[in-house]
Amino acid sequence: MNWFQDWALTLSIFLPAVGMVIILLIPRAKENAIKLVALLTSLVTLGVGIGILADFDYSNTGVMQFRVNDSWIDLIQARYHLGVDGISLPMLILSMLVTVLCIVYSWNHFPEPHNPKGLLALILLLEVGMNGTFLAEDLILFFVFFEIVLLPMFFMIGVWGGPNREYASIKFFLFTLFGSALMLLGFLALFFLAGTFQIPALTAKAGIDIAHNTQNLIFLGLFLGFAIKVPMFPFHTWLPDAHTEAPTVGSVLLAAVLLKLGAYGFIRIALPTLPHAAETWAPWIGLLAVVGIIYGALCCLAQTDMKRLIAFSSVSHMGFVMLGIATLTAFGINAAIFGMVAHGLITGMLFFVAGSVQHNYGTRELSRLGGLLTSAPKMGWILGFCVMASLGLPGLAGFWGEFPAVLSAYQPAPGLDVTTFRIFMVVAAVGTVLAAGYLLWMYQRVAFGTPKPEFAEAHIHDVSKIEWLAWSPMLIGIVVFGIYPEAIFGITNGAVMKLYGG
Amino acid sequence: MMNFAWLIPAIPVVSFALILFFGKKMPRQGSEIGIAAIASSFVLSCIVTVQWIQRVDETVSEHGLGIVRAIGKGLLANSEEGVAITPVINTVEWFRIGTLEVAVGTQIDGLAVMMLFVVTLISLLVHIYSTSYMHGDVRYTYFYAALSLFTASMLTLVVAPNTLQLLVGWELVGLCSFMLIGHWWEEKANTNAALKAFLTTRTGDIGLMIGVIVTFFAAGQTFDIVQINVLALEGHGGHTIWMVGASCLLVGIIGKSGQFPLHTWLPDAMAGPTPVSALIHAATMVVAGVYLGARMYGVFWQGFSIADGGVNPMALVGGITILIGAALAFVQDDIKKVLAYSTISQLGYMVMGLGIGAWVGAVFHLFTHAFFKALLFLGAGSIAYSGTHHSFDMKKDMGGLRKHMPVTFWTFIIGSFALAGIFPLAGFWSKDEILATAGQGGYEIFMVVGLVGAFLTAGYMTRCVWLSFFGEYRGHAHPHESPKPIIVPLIVLAVFSVLAGLANASAFGIEKFKEYIEPHGEAFPEVLTPQFDVGLAALSFAIVVIAIGVGGFFWVDRRELRALKGLTDRSGTAKAGHSFLMNKYYLDHLYERGIVGGIKGPIARAAYWLNQNVIDGVVNAAGRGSAALGRLTYRFVDQDVVDKAVNSIAQETGNVGGLLRYVQSGRVQRYALMLFGAVGVLALSLVIFS
Repeated sequence: MNWFQDWALTLSIFLPAVGMVIILLIPRAKENAIKLVALLTSLVTLGVGIGILADFDYSNTGVMQFRVNDSWIDLIQARYHLGVDGISLPMLILSMLVTVLCIVYSWNHFPEPHNPKGLLALILLLEVGMNGTFLAEDLILFFVFFEIVLLPMFFMIGVWGGPNREYASIKFFLFTLFGSALMLLGFLALFFLAGTFQIPALTAKAGIDIAHNTQNLIFLGLFLGFAIKVPMFPFHTWLPDAHTEAPTVGSVLLAAVLLKLGAYGFIRIALPTLPHAAETWAPWIGLLAVVGIIYGALCCLAQTDMKRLIAFSSVSHMGFVMLGIATLTAFGINAAIFGMVAHGLITGMLFFVAGSVQHNYGTRELSRLGGLLTSAPKMGWILGFCVMASLGLPGLAGFWGEFPAVLSAYQPAPGLDVTTFRIFMVVAAVGTVLAAGYLLWMYQRVAFGTPKPEFAEAHIHDVSKIEWLAWSPMLIGIVVFGIYPEAIFGITNGAVMKLYGG
Repeated sequence: MMNFAWLIPAIPVVSFALILFFGKKMPRQGSEIGIAAIASSFVLSCIVTVQWIQRVDETVSEHGLGIVRAIGKGLLANSEEGVAITPVINTVEWFRIGTLEVAVGTQIDGLAVMMLFVVTLISLLVHIYSTSYMHGDVRYTYFYAALSLFTASMLTLVVAPNTLQLLVGWELVGLCSFMLIGHWWEEKANTNAALKAFLTTRTGDIGLMIGVIVTFFAAGQTFDIVQINVLALEGHGGHTIWMVGASCLLVGIIGKSGQFPLHTWLPDAMAGPTPVSALIHAATMVVAGVYLGARMYGVFWQGFSIADGGVNPMALVGGITILIGAALAFVQDDIKKVLAYSTISQLGYMVMGLGIGAWVGAVFHLFTHAFFKALLFLGAGSIAYSGTHHSFDMKKDMGGLRKHMPVTFWTFIIGSFALAGIFPLAGFWSKDEILATAGQGGYEIFMVVGLVGAFLTAGYMTRCVWLSFFGEYRGHAHPHESPKPIIVPLIVLAVFSVLAGLANASAFGIEKFKEYIEPHGEAFPEVLTPQFDVGLAALSFAIVVIAIGVGGFFWVDRRELRALKGLTDRSGTAKAGHSFLMNKYYLDHLYERGIVGGIKGPIARAAYWLNQNVIDGVVNAAGRGSAALGRLTYRFVDQDVVDKAVNSIAQETGNVGGLLRYVQSGRVQRYALMLFGAVGVLALSLVIFS
């Protein structure tokens, strides 16, 4: 298995790229061949991921495994440096799994204009960027993958999106590009001051030879880059538009994986390389996080479009993730990673269902929907299940991202102001009620009652075989991680303790 | 068996899954799976109960018979000279965060076995009852699946050895409550009630969540309930933190157990099927708050300084709830709402009991109340099923049912007497225990509150019984007795309503309940054991009899009241308080609204007004306000300020640089090309320079 140790990570990043190239070579008319290649590629990539899971040394989750470290661009000392540890492993698997499920779901749900070749090639390109970001151990490499993600999503929204797609795709692109520029600036500053792009080396130095004020400035750059991607209040306005306009699989990938890139950046890069600056900025991150929780929830209450509501709920939910991160404690960061996986599964599912609802009804307007439980009972049940998971019901995955994050705010890392964070804790706890409010309100409008007259005679398809195939892994994941959180905490804890165990 | 207690909640979990996936294919649509599962859990609970009793007996007999009596009489201090009967705790590691290990498992002690017995018994009876009551329902299978899930969640909560597992069970029973209140989800009113219940209790759960967090840190980072209680009683880390923790947990209790001012969801919850009201909204789920209070009594004892007497938030909340709940029960025409307000009021007794140090009394009242209130709800269901064609309106559709439904009638009478506190039925003993502790423990005011509550209780139950079973039949159905699956549970519960009180009939020197249920040791405070007070017992009994008599008088003398009814219509309420005569009219006016015993009329009206306009108004306004605020934030802040700022930055950049003009004109392709160009140049330069 030695070759696997050496090649697993490279394969998980570039297999999708190979698949994409093959798809580009197949004529557009041969749709089945294209779909098959896409599916096989993503499945083989997931297979590599399962191989990594099987071969991973769980007694040393804090150590970078499957490491690859070769020279790349010598001039700037950027290296082709990859590794996976307990923090990146769950994210990597999530990314691989969601890609497969999106391709499965696409099977008979291709958005207009009909162009499976383009869409599937972009999904695979997206996977290159996502997997690469979670595995990169070099800042330039990280930046490249982080940016690769932008392009496919830009085109997905811009080509297959809703009526307002141009505005949304450009807004998405500009907003995140703006952040990336500042982030790159931060990376370069780190390089000039610390002399390396290697994340492990930077983490080991922990910014000791950098003046405190400079650290703070560099952190600000990184913060903006990551915070926009998360997105944190008040940098979130691209998200609802992007989600509303994006095709279903685009929304799912965006919610399930793309938003995590920012939070992952905080955990992997910003906090460990600049711990002192992190301490300075943590109260502000926490403040924006809890403002986001409440603010996102309030905006949800005002929505009339189901998908837009779910989009705003991401702002609220990612607030819990960021609150956990802001505490700078092992507890909070474990919670944040769990929250990312849970949010990926749950919100991804919510977008899937919203997509199928739109597919069936031709609308996502809450005022026109109703009686889903009557028209398509199974879909109604699945939506109910996801709503409950999303509002943080214990026993389902969402709870373990939410409750420990709130708990960790009671006692943040030494050096942080306890009173401030306890106020954050209370505000965040209030947010859980608002979350229940908007989610149940949405569920009441969509699923309860009887179908509106305009759809009374319409034949609403219940969950199809393809949908079951695409959804059941996520649904099972939500239950399994909810009942047995150790399945994720067991992987993340060692790595988190190594970075944040004090 | 006590080491295998995990089976008790596990069996209904399995049954839930089986019913969900295979229920529809079964000959009896899944109900047989549910009944078999709950019956097994019930049998196991009985075995655990017996084993616990044996364990207590063995521990005690090792220390000699004298101490048995001494403990029975409560003369000995708990921990020093007495015997420490430790709970049987079995846990496995659940997960690990940081250096913290969190376990999941079972904690079996007196309190837990009592709850296991009550929950499984009533759940079993409700399962049987529902085979008839829910027969032919659109979602019969789903109903049984939800019942199984509920029972599993409730049992998980009951056996929880740590606050985290308790929180999990707590939220899951809330989910089941939501599902079952909204069982007939086609009707907007039902789903509104379901939402209201979930959101109101979840508001209380903010308190619970923070309370769990505060106690977690106060006890040195542990969720372990025994540990938390021990440290709380030691006052570890100072009194203040425990006060904060207790206050937060109290908010959770207020939400879950229908305490003032968060009680308004409970009457609405009656929109669910009646067996659900009996099981979830009377006997089990709503007492989860009380159970939490009893479980974590060390925290409350320390946090509210219960030993000091006087007034504390817990006792106050309970006391207010007794009165406002009972007063509101007078003005309801819907029999289920009478019972719902009654439940609120009785839960008030339990919370007040905990607040004044009457741990045994509160838990005992929880025990007896579960039987007679479930009995009354199931009785009301029996009336609706066989007597009124699914109506719960006492005034329109009931009356005179005693002749048509004798079993329902007599069991209902027993339940009402037990609730009112007629000697020697169950409610008498448990209420007396609370009142006696209040009187002897420095909480005299609350004893008076309890007595007033007893008067009101007897009054509204008299009215309720009268309207439903006496007089002329006013409905349009053909009333007859209910089938066996309905009346058998009624009879079983009636037997318990008669006998359950004797488990702690202190007047006869029987204190079995206290002996087996009350914890001993350093995790439990030295609570006062009241002496049986003949005078107090006689007083409360007399009050109950008078209340029934007063109520009866107003109802028997119907013709005269009918004449007065017209007068009140003409005089109106404006002149009501002006003279003695007018006061009489006023009572009659309240009679028109269905109040027995007019003295409580104005208070009831005031409470009802407060309930509808202020408390419910705040709930509604909070909902409306959040929506409005959300709308405002969205419209003016998000869309106008934040979004505009973003857009205008883009615009400014575009105007100044000219670069983004392509963006404005929507030429995506050109923009993308430009971007690719930039990336290409960057890449090229990197390659060249490297």
